Amino acid sequence: MKKAEVKFENITKKFNETTAVDNVSCKFEAGTLTTLLGPSGCGKTTSLRIIAGLERATSGKILVDDEDVTLLPATDRDVSMVFQSYALFPHMSVLENVSYGLKMINVNKEEYIQKSLETLKLVNLEGYENRMPSELSGGQQQRVAVARAIVLEPKVLLFDEPLSNLDAKLRRQVREDIREIQQKLGVTTIYVTHDQEEALAISDKVIVMNNAVIAQEGSPKDLYNFPKNKFVANFIGDANVVKAEILNKQSNSYELKIGEMKIKVQSDKNFEKTVSVALRPEKILINKDKKENSIHATVNNASFVGSSYQYILNSNAGKLFVISGETNDIFKVGEEVFLSINEEEVKILND
Amino acid sequence: MRGLVICWMLIGGLGFLIFPWYVTGDGFFSINWILEYSLEDYGSVLPQVFINKKYWLLPILLPLIFPLATLKLNQNNPLYSKIFLYSGIIGFIYFFLQGFSIGIRGWNFEILQSIFGDVENQYGVGSGAVLTCCTFVFYITHGLSARGWLNGDNFIVGSIGSIIILVSTFVFFPIFRMFTVAFKGTEGGYEISNFSDKIFNKGIWGLDCLYSDYACGVFWNTITMGTLTAFSSTILGLGFALLIARTSFKFKRTIRILSVLPIITPPFVIGLAIIILFGRTGVVSSFLEWGFDIEPSRWIYGLPGIWFAQTLAFTPIAFLVLIGVVESVSPSMEEASQTLRASKWQVFKTVTLPLMRPGIANAFLLGFIESLADFGNPLVLGAEYDVLSTEIFFAIVGAQYDETKAAILAMILLSVVLVVFYLQNQWLGKKSYISISGKGDSGVHPELPNKTKWVIYSTVLPWALLTFIIYVMIMFGGFVEMWGVDHSFTLRHYIEAFSVDWVKERGFLWTGTAWNSFNTTFTIALISSLPTAAIGILTAYLLTRHKFKGKNAFEFGTMLSFAIPGSVIGVSYVFAFNVPPLELTGTGIILVIAFVFRNMPVGVRAGIAAMNQLDPHLDEASSTLNASSAQTFRNIILPLLKPAITASLVFSFVRAMTAISAVIFLVSANYDLAVSYILGRLENNDYGLAIVYSSALIVVMLITITLMQLIIGKRKLGRRDQAAGILQGNLG
Ligand SMILES: Nc1ncnc2c1ncn2[C@@H]1O[C@H](COP(=O)(O)OP(=O)(O)OP(=O)(O)O)[C@@H](O)[C@H]1O
Ligand SMILES: [Mg+2]
Repeated sequence: MKKAEVKFENITKKFNETTAVDNVSCKFEAGTLTTLLGPSGCGKTTSLRIIAGLERATSGKILVDDEDVTLLPATDRDVSMVFQSYALFPHMSVLENVSYGLKMINVNKEEYIQKSLETLKLVNLEGYENRMPSELSGGQQQRVAVARAIVLEPKVLLFDEPLSNLDAKLRRQVREDIREIQQKLGVTTIYVTHDQEEALAISDKVIVMNNAVIAQEGSPKDLYNFPKNKFVANFIGDANVVKAEILNKQSNSYELKIGEMKIKVQSDKNFEKTVSVALRPEKILINKDKKENSIHATVNNASFVGSSYQYILNSNAGKLFVISGETNDIFKVGEEVFLSINEEEVKILND
Repeated sequence: MRGLVICWMLIGGLGFLIFPWYVTGDGFFSINWILEYSLEDYGSVLPQVFINKKYWLLPILLPLIFPLATLKLNQNNPLYSKIFLYSGIIGFIYFFLQGFSIGIRGWNFEILQSIFGDVENQYGVGSGAVLTCCTFVFYITHGLSARGWLNGDNFIVGSIGSIIILVSTFVFFPIFRMFTVAFKGTEGGYEISNFSDKIFNKGIWGLDCLYSDYACGVFWNTITMGTLTAFSSTILGLGFALLIARTSFKFKRTIRILSVLPIITPPFVIGLAIIILFGRTGVVSSFLEWGFDIEPSRWIYGLPGIWFAQTLAFTPIAFLVLIGVVESVSPSMEEASQTLRASKWQVFKTVTLPLMRPGIANAFLLGFIESLADFGNPLVLGAEYDVLSTEIFFAIVGAQYDETKAAILAMILLSVVLVVFYLQNQWLGKKSYISISGKGDSGVHPELPNKTKWVIYSTVLPWALLTFIIYVMIMFGGFVEMWGVDHSFTLRHYIEAFSVDWVKERGFLWTGTAWNSFNTTFTIALISSLPTAAIGILTAYLLTRHKFKGKNAFEFGTMLSFAIPGSVIGVSYVFAFNVPPLELTGTGIILVIAFVFRNMPVGVRAGIAAMNQLDPHLDEASSTLNASSAQTFRNIILPLLKPAITASLVFSFVRAMTAISAVIFLVSANYDLAVSYILGRLENNDYGLAIVYSSALIVVMLITITLMQLIIGKRKLGRRDQAAGILQGNLG
């Protein structure tokens, strides 16, 4: 299968007053799966539609394999898209749906039927070719939509929240299927979602968007471990963002005070007086007894979510969200506790 | 793309070199010219130039072949689009000029006469000229799309261009022509004095009826009629709507059928029935004379009769508008009001009625427009009471034949209607859609207060009964010798109208006098329904799925003919198309065109309603799968819109069967339509035949509509609303 690299160069898209994408530049590497992640209305779908050619950028350039396709209409782009609503043609059978794109480029009948059947096999839908879309379950429809997109062997494959119509169980299954197919074909894939877990699970690279611009991009691990700003820290993994006082500073090593706790952290950036740090909820340990260098807190709320307990605690460092894997020995609302955290788990944020 | 370009060049070339440039004596579509080719009579451009010495036709060749230069050019070369664009524009403008430079008396401009010498007069355009012109339009749109208009999509730019040209030619041009006629002087040329004499005329604006026995001007008559009819039909319509939506009345379904009646009722029917009932020798009048010694009089002729007939005719329309309004008042608001201790009457007065107010105003304005545009009832019942729509007709077909007067009256009527239409759209259009809230609203509407209920029962039910009697009378009236005089059973009228004889050698003979016009009507209605639906659906697709500059103006243009009263369209077509270069009067083509552009807005509305139910992702999916917009339209949109297409096909067919106000100006001896045949019978006081013919039409259309509902209803339950929506779209 063809692989292509997609590049955004200063892409801006305006709808009358609203700016949906604001001067964005980024790269989607050939053969990888990149996720666009972000809250509702941040411009993910718009970016994807610009790549598909369904929307025209107000300014900027889009390159596929260094070829400028900015003005090319969707019909003439070697790009396929799987829609959130699947957009299966309701008056055509599964086979007709899948072979539609091949017919449009005048592939002969024998060939397109054979190719479509092969693709249906790839998505595990053998034997369903003569059903109508309305006779399929949601998950099966989803796979038909995928088959219809990949049968054309596009250079770029786009997904717009493909799992949002599926129930939670099926979602995990289907996202693994999508990843598997993507890796088998090695096609450059761009995937839009607002579910951070989904993004981390399947991507080679994640681009986090907020308010029409890129907040941060990187591998899932990097984003999780080294969020650059409050927004990313909070959006990915629900980190607590708290203010810390700078007690001491020596070249790039800082001594910080969080609540009553003092810790040493490294950073190459220069900060004065205070700094924001991210504390992952599952990295904070709750102790019944007083510990050295810990934060004093009271339990405000406790909820059981099956595999763990989630607490909201009041402390001198502010309200903290903590996840504890311990489900037997629990803390009660109002109880006084002491929080400790490993020095390496405290991440300084750039803003 | 190259293939398409070459194909169009060939079409233009054929049109220029082979097809007859001027319309031939045998008609536009006739192919006699192939069978008996004669260069002088059937000549294409070249023989016209060299044999008939029409040298001014020759330059058309230049822009026609100039784009050949692009065959070697890359499409992205800016020169490519320029060559097409300019060739197209120059060709089109030159084509236009050569058409309009020659009038019926020769050259319109003296300078041209000195160059080319005398000519007799212009001829109508023939198929060759039309093909050539189409090629120029293609050049223009191809040039624009090559420039990157609408993503460089040829199909979309081409469709928009063609629709603009069609609407300009068949809606705007006639109206424009009508305005010029209004300013025409008595001896050719244009003068303002003649115009002002005729427009500031007592016959139009006079108010004598207020203080003397003389009649008022036709303008005031029209306004009075419109106001009265709008008022009564709104009240009755509201009564019916409340009866259906807010009471537990038993025969709701029967009443609902009312709403289909105006569509299947040929014009004159109601007027005719009223004469039969209340005229001097009418059934009711005779009964009153016999029982109470009340002298029969001609009171029914004039305003009372028109008002009566129009109220009968338009109440169902008001009902259709108002039932939507009544049902869309959110029950939860009424329930909220009830929980706040309001009595039934208080709820009705303080919540329900105020919420419906914009809708009621809407129904009123619609009734007003319909009444002004009505032609049949004032014609049959008007007597001395003149209104604009019929005056236009008499100014042009009567002995007076005064084009200027007809044009001026038509302008006045058009202005009034457009103003009201504008008001309705701008001021009420947005407000009248009240709170249909989504799912959460599962409440029930409260019943009406008892007193209101009884008021409604006592006005609405007698009215329903009267409507019922009228239709029964029409159905059975054809079986008596002569209404009011001799009520013995006879099949005479049916035999006269629809008899069929069987002669041995010659098969069936359609000897009835009505067959001729019936067949013409049927054929023309059938033919015109195809382009109506096609243009309607295409326009709806462009409007809902594509963004382009001037889209609002485009929408306005395509919907405009909906607001123009039929008599205005009819008279403007007479002005525009009875002289070359577009010489169409007296043909069947002009009837088809009139129907297409009258009914197109219905198709557009139906299309828009249906398109809005289609997920736009479907077309986007198709275009990401390499389908061009033309392929998407054919493979995805058309199949999914099938129910809407069927509906608008059948619907424009039915409307074409009964339309009168526009086509009455355009019928000719060869192309006589059912409605004008009926009018002829009425003028001869031959009521029997008129009734027989009308009831036959009603039956034919009832069958058609029922079939349509069956077909569409079967496809999918959810779609049934669509068909109803289309019916309403037409009336609303
Ligand atoms: N056709 C349009 N016309 C006007 N504004 C639009 C249009 N499409 C999107 N927008 C606006 O652009 C912004 C970005 O929209 P977009 O659909 O890209 O968001 P998104 O990130 O996909 O959100 P979600 O997760 O809710 O799908 C929003 O503010 C939206 O209101
Ligand atoms: Mg989105």
